[in-house]
Amino acid sequence: MNEPAAAPEEPGQSLAARLALQHRLGGLAPPILTALLAFLMGGLIVLATGHNPITTYRGIWDGTGLGWLYHIPWDTRAESLAALNLQQTLIWTTTLTLTGLAVAFAFRCGLFNIGGQGQYLVGLIVANWIGVSMAGLAGPAHIALAIVLATLAGAAWAGIAGLLKAMVGAHEVITTIMLNWIAIYFGAYVFGQGGPLQGPVASNPISGDVVQSVRLPVFWGDPVLQGLHVGIFIALGALVVFYIVINRTTLGYEVRTVGFNPDAAAYGGISVKRNYFLAMAISGSFAGLAGGIDMLGWQYRFGTLDVYSSSVGFLGIAVALLGRNTAVGTGIAALVFGALFYGTTHGIDPNVFKPELAGNLTSMVQGLVVLFVGADVLILYVWGLRRKKLRMPRLGGRGV
Amino acid sequence: MTAGAAGAVGAGLRSERAPVYVGAAGIVLGALSFWVTLPPVTARYPAWPIVLGAAAAAAGAFAAWRGARRVGISAITVGVLGAALGILATHSSVSNLVQVFTWSSLLASMFVFATPLTYAAIGGMVSERSGVVNIGLEGMMLMGAFWGIYGAEKTGSWVLGVLIGMLAGGLLAVIHAYFSIHLRADQIVSGMGMNFLAVGITGYFFVQLYHGENVGANVPRIPDLNLHIKDVYFLGPTFGHLNLMIWIGFLVVALSYVVVFKTPVGLRIRSCGEHPRAADTVGINVYAVRYGAVITSGLLAAAGGAYLSVGFVGTFNENMTAGRGFIALAAMIFGNWRPFGAFGAALLFGFSAALAFKMQVYDASLPGIAVLINILPYVLTLIAVAGVIGRSTPPAADGRPYKKQ
Repeated sequence: MNEPAAAPEEPGQSLAARLALQHRLGGLAPPILTALLAFLMGGLIVLATGHNPITTYRGIWDGTGLGWLYHIPWDTRAESLAALNLQQTLIWTTTLTLTGLAVAFAFRCGLFNIGGQGQYLVGLIVANWIGVSMAGLAGPAHIALAIVLATLAGAAWAGIAGLLKAMVGAHEVITTIMLNWIAIYFGAYVFGQGGPLQGPVASNPISGDVVQSVRLPVFWGDPVLQGLHVGIFIALGALVVFYIVINRTTLGYEVRTVGFNPDAAAYGGISVKRNYFLAMAISGSFAGLAGGIDMLGWQYRFGTLDVYSSSVGFLGIAVALLGRNTAVGTGIAALVFGALFYGTTHGIDPNVFKPELAGNLTSMVQGLVVLFVGADVLILYVWGLRRKKLRMPRLGGRGV
Repeated sequence: MTAGAAGAVGAGLRSERAPVYVGAAGIVLGALSFWVTLPPVTARYPAWPIVLGAAAAAAGAFAAWRGARRVGISAITVGVLGAALGILATHSSVSNLVQVFTWSSLLASMFVFATPLTYAAIGGMVSERSGVVNIGLEGMMLMGAFWGIYGAEKTGSWVLGVLIGMLAGGLLAVIHAYFSIHLRADQIVSGMGMNFLAVGITGYFFVQLYHGENVGANVPRIPDLNLHIKDVYFLGPTFGHLNLMIWIGFLVVALSYVVVFKTPVGLRIRSCGEHPRAADTVGINVYAVRYGAVITSGLLAAAGGAYLSVGFVGTFNENMTAGRGFIALAAMIFGNWRPFGAFGAALLFGFSAALAFKMQVYDASLPGIAVLINILPYVLTLIAVAGVIGRSTPPAADGRPYKKQ
């Protein structure tokens, strides 16, 4: 894949190397500028269609519940609404952290995992199956079994793409797209009419509910009103695991080396194929875990329509890119997108701005973020002065 | 990868032709194992498809063992699939089968489902032949679908509607081209950005302009081409009332073959996709060629989308392309980056979509199976890129930004 005549100041061939270069060049500024630019352009479209962008964004902000962080202590009414919204925002943040890590881990190995959606769905399906069927198991064992199997299902699903990449060099973007759609139609089949996981109502294409004892405990808010479940701690744990594996283990070193330059890695004695497979499988395990936690934490059931409309795996792409494929960055970007997604689709006051419009605003911002992050040359141009000093990325890079 | 291909080719050269014929016979047998269970033969015992499918697989295994690997594995795949589908068919009632497998109407339906894929796949082929991966076909199609019906509704003319839709897709392609060519962004990341952006833009304006509801009954539709062959056996019901855009789609396939493979313009496009440096050296403007190819792909994908909304459905739904852009991408890969290959794959995928659709409408006895048939294109593409059946070779410089010196 290397063009022999590439000029020396060309950004690295692999995406991982290019993103690391940006990271070194601009630090925090490019992702923040990227996000601001995307929000600004979204605001322009809101303005152009005859709405007030400031009240719209204000309404989205209120809908995210982030105002809870600075609420006046004696204003109990505002507090309870903001707390309710913030709990939902954090539930979405939990999911997006994991689907973001799924994309980020593969990126560090130079692979683009577009299949987060499919890996998330197989995790969700497996968790639903275990959560509904093995009702006799004790709660903690049942939870552990469901989550572990969901994680493994995600790993296996992505592992197919990793294996094909390693064995025959099939491009992971193509294979993960195909696996996404296979998972989507498979999900529509298992939860649909006559499907093996369909719930008790024969006319409803919706799965059965997972049993009470397998649901994750809620530690903040009312469980009946879908409070914040303990899954967020699993997601935070996953961030720590990601950081340690990437930065402090041999596996992480090999993955990053392959990501920067597979030829150099192979020359240095690293098995590129093994790392491709492992990186995809580990990626998929994050997304599968997200599916498992979602099922046990707050979804409890899933329907055919949910399968078609779910998009958290795709949002993970924007999360990982905005977070520069680092642990801390992904966590922060997951909060940004979790807040944006919940704030626009559910949290926003319909009198301020239609949630249907606002939800599409999220898709636009998502698209713009992905687009701008991909354009590293634009950022290199903006940071042109520093570019002269730093021509090539130092191998290894800083990775937080 | 190349060593394996060379090995397979070498094995193919060493062996005699006989295994290839056995394998080909296996493919026919495999197809037959499904066909016998369908009208007009309608075998009712599962033993028939099983025996024929097993014979197909055996022939395939023999062929693969004797060196005709590609044909052999194809025969095994077709045999297993044919037997499975055949067994399913024997479980269905004859009257349902007659309704689903009225071949002429099934084939007409296949063309309807294949046409959006055809336009987008040909578009993707042109773009990738020039060296720019266009994973944003889905988004460009969606833009064509929404702005096409918007244009048709506002201007009262389906021609203008389709043109406006194509323009919208082309505009998105210009952005993709600018980011991929001038800014040398990662083309896959940029393409995914296009897809998200298109979902947002079309969804937003659909709610803003139409409150997320039906676009309206008065939208002018793309007319059907009524041929005077109504009474001709089989051809009449199949080709007699196809939509105009379907026929134009056939022309686009033929035209794209001529342009890409038989004209100087096509040679330039392909050389930019194979070795841009060499193309640049002989005076070809790589950037201009790539811009042209990417914009063409956007126009074509959007035409497919406009057919979907203005020609086929008559309204718009949020995210109505529902992954068709990705199937088109799969068709292009399955067709090995060639116009007729992509067209054939689009027809195959269109057939599976038509089958799933008809089964949902007429055969309530197997509701889940209809949904599962939708998986077929994706599984076949996975098998194709895995290199089991033949080998898919993208243009050498596909996806690699080019920097002028």
